[in-house]
Amino acid sequence: MDEDPLALLPEICLLAGAIATLLAGSFLPRQRQWIARILAALACIAAAAAAIVALASPTRSVFADSYAVDPLTGTTRLVVAAATLLVLLLGTEELRGSPRESETCCLLLLSATGATVLAGTTDLLVLAVAYLLTSIPLYALIGSTRTARAAEAVMKTYLLGALFGIVMLLGVTLLFAMTGGTGYAGLSTAGSVVPAVVAVGAVAVLAGLLFEAGAVPGHFWVPDAAQSANTAAAAFLTTVPKVGSLVAMFRLVDALPGVADWPLLVAALSALSMTVGTFAAFAQRDPRRLLGWSTVSQVGFLLLPVAVAGRAPLAEPSLLIYLAGYAVSNLAAFAVIAAVPDRTDLAGYRGLGTSRPWLAGALLVALLSLVGTPPTAVFLGKLTTFTAAWDGGLAWLVIVAAVNTVASLFYFLRWLAPTFTRAARAGDMAEGHVDRRDLRGSRPWAERTAVLAAAGVLLLGVGAGSLPILVAVP
Amino acid sequence: MLSVVVFLPLVGAAVLAAARRMPDGVARWTWVGITLTDLGLVVGLWAAYRTPPPGGLAFAEQVRWLPSVGSSYHVGVDGVSLPLLALTTVVFTACAVYALTERTRPRTQAALFCFLQTTCLGVFAAQDLILFFLFFDLSIVAMYFVIAGWGHGTAARSALKFFLYTFTGSLALLVGFIGLYLAADPHTFDIPELVAAAPLQGSGAVGGLVLAAVLVGLAVKTPTFPFHTWLPPAHTDAPAVGSAVLAGVLLKLGTYGFVRIAMPMLPEAWRAWAGVVVAVGVVSVLYGALVALAQSNVKRMIAYTSVNHMGYVVLAVGAAGVVTGSDAAARQVAVSGAVTQMVSHGLITGALFLLAGVLHRRAGSYEFADFGGLAGPAPRFAGFFAVAAFASLGLPGFSGFIAEFQVFTGSIGATGWAALALPGILITAALFLRAIQRLLTGAPGPKSAGFGDLRPAELLSTGPLLILAVVIGILPRFLLDVIEPAAEVVVSLVGR
Repeated sequence: MDEDPLALLPEICLLAGAIATLLAGSFLPRQRQWIARILAALACIAAAAAAIVALASPTRSVFADSYAVDPLTGTTRLVVAAATLLVLLLGTEELRGSPRESETCCLLLLSATGATVLAGTTDLLVLAVAYLLTSIPLYALIGSTRTARAAEAVMKTYLLGALFGIVMLLGVTLLFAMTGGTGYAGLSTAGSVVPAVVAVGAVAVLAGLLFEAGAVPGHFWVPDAAQSANTAAAAFLTTVPKVGSLVAMFRLVDALPGVADWPLLVAALSALSMTVGTFAAFAQRDPRRLLGWSTVSQVGFLLLPVAVAGRAPLAEPSLLIYLAGYAVSNLAAFAVIAAVPDRTDLAGYRGLGTSRPWLAGALLVALLSLVGTPPTAVFLGKLTTFTAAWDGGLAWLVIVAAVNTVASLFYFLRWLAPTFTRAARAGDMAEGHVDRRDLRGSRPWAERTAVLAAAGVLLLGVGAGSLPILVAVP
Repeated sequence: MLSVVVFLPLVGAAVLAAARRMPDGVARWTWVGITLTDLGLVVGLWAAYRTPPPGGLAFAEQVRWLPSVGSSYHVGVDGVSLPLLALTTVVFTACAVYALTERTRPRTQAALFCFLQTTCLGVFAAQDLILFFLFFDLSIVAMYFVIAGWGHGTAARSALKFFLYTFTGSLALLVGFIGLYLAADPHTFDIPELVAAAPLQGSGAVGGLVLAAVLVGLAVKTPTFPFHTWLPPAHTDAPAVGSAVLAGVLLKLGTYGFVRIAMPMLPEAWRAWAGVVVAVGVVSVLYGALVALAQSNVKRMIAYTSVNHMGYVVLAVGAAGVVTGSDAAARQVAVSGAVTQMVSHGLITGALFLLAGVLHRRAGSYEFADFGGLAGPAPRFAGFFAVAAFASLGLPGFSGFIAEFQVFTGSIGATGWAALALPGILITAALFLRAIQRLLTGAPGPKSAGFGDLRPAELLSTGPLLILAVVIGILPRFLLDVIEPAAEVVVSLVGR
């Protein structure tokens, strides 16, 4: 039995970072809270470094087969740590000197720890704990802006989270009753007991993960939370929990016995998520809400490889490529939002292309990536997930996904079109809107993060083919 | 060398985009310099080109890119792609010269067009489906910004329509590519490998569905009836140089795809669907010509003649699939005619759109009703427009005649139904003669007064395009010697 605590070094880094941030924040004066933020960033860097080292070592299962240290976990660790670091960077100006500076950092790290454990565990009880560890900090993060809107969003998220959490625990109980154990490994033989109960239990566990991922039917909280939380929190909650829960779903679907047509169920949820997310995003005018709905549809695309888990050789690498690409693209878009906080509707982006070309360029790259234009990261994700899904026998879902991709182009163009239209209106200039909003360097960190993430999008799109996770495909 | 040709404009684009303080005049001439250099390189390629053995490529380069999904950076040329590469550099050079008088953000425009040039060259050079798709998609993005940023009228709306339509097409194409990839064993996106393997032979319905996806994708881009509705508004609202590139080069990406991907990779399905392709071609020819005849707007009229001219190409490639009861020589002439028509249409329509742009520059209008008797105040414009119009209607002595003669000889040789498209030539002749009559002769229209004649930049941009059309019309061998061996290869591949 392998109980090497070093196998969990990346998770330990994140958790220790959270504790250190909390303690430091409690004792530091208000104007020196930035030290806590630095600690949090260092924890992310340490976790990412540990994750890279672990990726190079062979696959193993630790702590009584409750935790897998394999490419799925390894990549998730890396993506979560890097994404959390980007969130801290893009939120630099927003968090600096805010009353909740160190608390926010601590909560981000705690939720990131939860997301990593969610992805790595192969045990239902640990999964339930990880669910709570991921979601509870989110409630506090969403509510920390203390506006009426945020209160509503946090209430919605909390109620849905509690409901789906209970359902998930119920599912864990049922599966435990049927298999006499909580490990995923025991699930494959559970079908022989009472197939219907096993199916209900598995669906209930999946439901909890669907909430965490923001997929239909657990998606209602995402747009509200994305719109009302502060930008850093919004960027985090539309990225990191999804990464963890989708990998968790992948593991679960792969391990489930054939008591139901799991590929069809997941495919149906995938089609619903992408369609609902895309069509709801059509009418949005607030970029953050638009991105919130877009993430719902992105989860639909991400469910494609989950649906064919274990049935297509490309399923696992395509999921990881898409997750990494999605995370960096989504964060690039949120970093742009963080850099121009006063532009709160799509029309307000008019003239950004002229006044801040780098930022507009980053937005262009991020949104084209979310649409899936080559040579960006999500294109590679879409290409590989489409291929995997078709290979796994879900060609119809690939058609649905392609149609939704076209539809998604429409709402992203509603954002891009004003961005690259010059603000030539005399009225705008007279009121001083443009000048005031575009004070150069007003939020340099957020802008740098946007450009950095956009560069990452392109780099990943062009270079991901040489990454070990893809090269290893048989 | 080929990669240098493809990526040189991209480097230029990066320089132009980064140099924010570059004076406008320098930016304009830099653009001309870049396109001329690239043109020179392509002339060099042409001179060094030796027809490769069947299935082979000239100037091929291959670099590992996405080994796990069987995709690599693979470029190369053959007798189909080389003329189109040359056409691309010629049209872009003409646009750069024409834009020497551009006043609206010339530096950004130059950067965008250089980027667009790389994407177009990339499509014609790509020997890997993912690489093809990459450049294909990026050309759409770049063209969207050209129309939205420099267009007039309802440019934003037209640009959106263009983007959505062609993006739909490109995704259909992607779905088809994935089908080809999965059918091949081992899985690959490499074009020569897929051509050699023809993976969906004997697979019946699946081959038909994959071909349908590819055909829809290419038909939107070409565009053929009934997927052409994005074209007229896009052309009407695009700037002159944008229209010239859109019609001269971007439409060829679709027809090129037929010859490069659909025909050689899916021969069985292509033969099965050849009748449908021929029918679509005939309808596009007639419909495009008739609707063009009814236009009151010069640019819309030229746009619809593009539907007509691209219809000839579709007709020819469809006829090449009618294998039973026809001889290979006729089909080969049809394919050769299709490729010649792509080059010829690119040159002539490019010139026509640039000349139409002169109307807008001088008078802010494209309406026939606003003009008349332009031969008086603007004799050079009148002469050029008349030459371009005669070239476009397929008068002997111009490249259009060489192309359409081959298309009809070959197509009718393969299937008698192709003769149904013959009235298209007549209607096109009528509409161009009517256009000449309405624009250049008769009483001056409300905006004819003080119409300035062609300026040097306009002469030097449209002139070479027309001269090339005449050269191909009189001495076509230098072009046909390149195209014919490749057409023979395509025909033998379709006949498998």
